[in-house]
Amino acid sequence: MNASKDDSNWAAKIDRLSVTDDVAKAGFNISGRRPAGAQQGFGRLWQRRYATDLGTAISPEQVVADWKERFPKYWPKGATMHLALTGMTPGTVNPIALASGAGLTISTGIFVLYSDEECFTFMCPEGHMFAGWITFGAIESDTGSTVAEVKMLMRPSDPLYELGWPVMKRKEDVFWADTLRNLARDHGVAEALVTETTTCVDRKRLWHNWTNVRHNSGIKSAWHVVTTPVRAVRARA
Amino acid sequence: MELPVATMDVRHATPRVAVVDIGGEVTSHCEEALMDAYERASTPGTQGLVLNFTGLEYMNSGGIGMLVTLLVRANRQKQKLAACGLSDHYQQIFELTRLDEAISLHPDEQTAVAAL
Repeated sequence: MNASKDDSNWAAKIDRLSVTDDVAKAGFNISGRRPAGAQQGFGRLWQRRYATDLGTAISPEQVVADWKERFPKYWPKGATMHLALTGMTPGTVNPIALASGAGLTISTGIFVLYSDEECFTFMCPEGHMFAGWITFGAIESDTGSTVAEVKMLMRPSDPLYELGWPVMKRKEDVFWADTLRNLARDHGVAEALVTETTTCVDRKRLWHNWTNVRHNSGIKSAWHVVTTPVRAVRARA
Repeated sequence: MELPVATMDVRHATPRVAVVDIGGEVTSHCEEALMDAYERASTPGTQGLVLNFTGLEYMNSGGIGMLVTLLVRANRQKQKLAACGLSDHYQQIFELTRLDEAISLHPDEQTAVAAL
């Protein structure tokens, strides 16, 4: 059978996420979880795009290559990606720690679904705030400049995260704008302007997925903290 | 940069089931073409659409997002989607992205049409 030209761009099929030893401790909340596409979420379906113009000094392909190599570096304070040794290779699972703003660090992660010279895409695990995909890439605009963009197609994953959508949306706006500004600064653009568009693709909630709340990463993270002394005692026994 | 080229031909297998023959390179650049094909396929009596991927040469992650958008539109009209003609590689991608939980996969067009 002829191989498709995108064969090596996609992750191999898996049923559940597996965290490598080098990031196992940070990945407690995602190990064994299933990837969650947009139809496995609960809330309304949103398509969002953040973009910034990087000028003509760098090509889209170089921006994407740099972004893959230095991905955690461009994240704002309050968020940490524990990059596995395989980085942004399709199939890699990278844990994430997010400051929730309520004194709790939410432990979650992402699965690298796809990667080529023009973009790379993450898929969320069960329990993440969102179910769906987020793509980082760069394109050439009509004027010939390179535009870096973050594009999402995702639903809040459970009823609690759906209730929190107005707050999460605002946090996302700040987070991804800061990320793109950090990327731009690293490529010689000091005061990058970030544009944002949001479209509700599906106003219908997927009520049958309300049970996703059992995987809620915020609840699981809080429980993990509360039970730390118990685990410490068991480890010594 | 050369934009990918996809073909989307529409025909009706039965009065209630339309088939969209998708070929070439499916990426987010094809969204307009896919939605246009959907509009042509979605006549008043259409209850199901079969996406025939026999001619698919390439798909990136943008193509998956586009299929989700199509799925939402179809569901809004109470229409079901099915897919056929996927190679092992693309069938695995549908399963990995869990699109197969919303779009049923079939080995051939006849089976897909019968399922709808």
